[in-house]
Amino acid sequence: MPQRDHLTVTVQRGGPDAPMRPQTFEVPAYDNQTVLDVVSWIQQNADPTLTYRFACRVGMCGSCAMMVNGVPRWTCRTHVNKVLDGNAIEVGPLRNLPVIKDLAADMDPFFDKWVTAEGRHHPTRTRQEEIAPVDPQAEERQAASAGIECINCSVCYSACDTVAGNPDYLGPAALQRAWTLYNDAKDADRDAILDAVSGKGGCHSCHSMGSCTAYCPNELDPLSAIAGLKRATAKRFFGGRK
Amino acid sequence: MKVARAHPLWLAYLLHRLSGLGLAVFLPLHFWVLSYALNDAAKLDAFLTLTEMPLVKAAEFGLVFLLAVHFFGGLRLIALEWLPWSAPQKTWAAAAVAGSFLVSTTFLLQAI
Repeated sequence: MPQRDHLTVTVQRGGPDAPMRPQTFEVPAYDNQTVLDVVSWIQQNADPTLTYRFACRVGMCGSCAMMVNGVPRWTCRTHVNKVLDGNAIEVGPLRNLPVIKDLAADMDPFFDKWVTAEGRHHPTRTRQEEIAPVDPQAEERQAASAGIECINCSVCYSACDTVAGNPDYLGPAALQRAWTLYNDAKDADRDAILDAVSGKGGCHSCHSMGSCTAYCPNELDPLSAIAGLKRATAKRFFGGRK
Repeated sequence: MKVARAHPLWLAYLLHRLSGLGLAVFLPLHFWVLSYALNDAAKLDAFLTLTEMPLVKAAEFGLVFLLAVHFFGGLRLIALEWLPWSAPQKTWAAAAVAGSFLVSTTFLLQAI
């Protein structure tokens, strides 16, 4: 690949008070740089008013997710050379979420839906009782373990066209969280989980487009988790249990 | 910003939706023509002579393709949602399209 001097980086600017508009910057190109490096360079050297969000820079926290050339990505773990379109990159705020300003999306609707999906632990014991042993090889534990590495970055939520078309839809991350709890031997209220995910905007709104699974940076599979919830709610409807 | 979506499962979803819409448009016409079998057999025969035209043959191929792609796409969806599968979903999406091509192309070869 020929060495480039500069990259042409188009950044979406704006927010609730100003309509979104693209602004283009020429950014020095280096052999090794991530999209987050590029955004940081713009903020530090070209326009200090550029707003974006990041924290750990190593793919642990999930703060720096943005749309990069139309794909939601962790910008800290996205090498520029992997996503260059010619010599250009377009960076925008995460899709399907309100914009606070520029590249910072408001995550409130995303986290509100985790609560709506009953994505919280319902304990079986008090702290005075002994800890119940969990068999890591059990089938339901393996189903739960497959989804627990989610770091709430909202990449799947931004990738999902069902979320785009149906504002009530809980989204892949919240539903996957519900599926992990449903398979948790220590969860005392699985009916509450199925109630929460089988209503309007629940798992049955999913059209199995699979963008959540295709774009999850942690290689999780929310599509299969949602399919699991569809089976579990259907079995309960017809009177069967898991 | 233009959103990138072109991964196999999304394309399979799109194909399933479009083929469903195509069939939904076709079916009323299909039943309307079939109704001539009961009401006006001569009119039906006259209409059926149209099926010898190459353009109609090609359209029939399209129709069988829509049917096949919708059928296999539906099977794929049922399997994906009702069987606890994980990794091979993409392979099945591709197999559904390949099977549809096989069926509709076999039909075309027999028709011409």
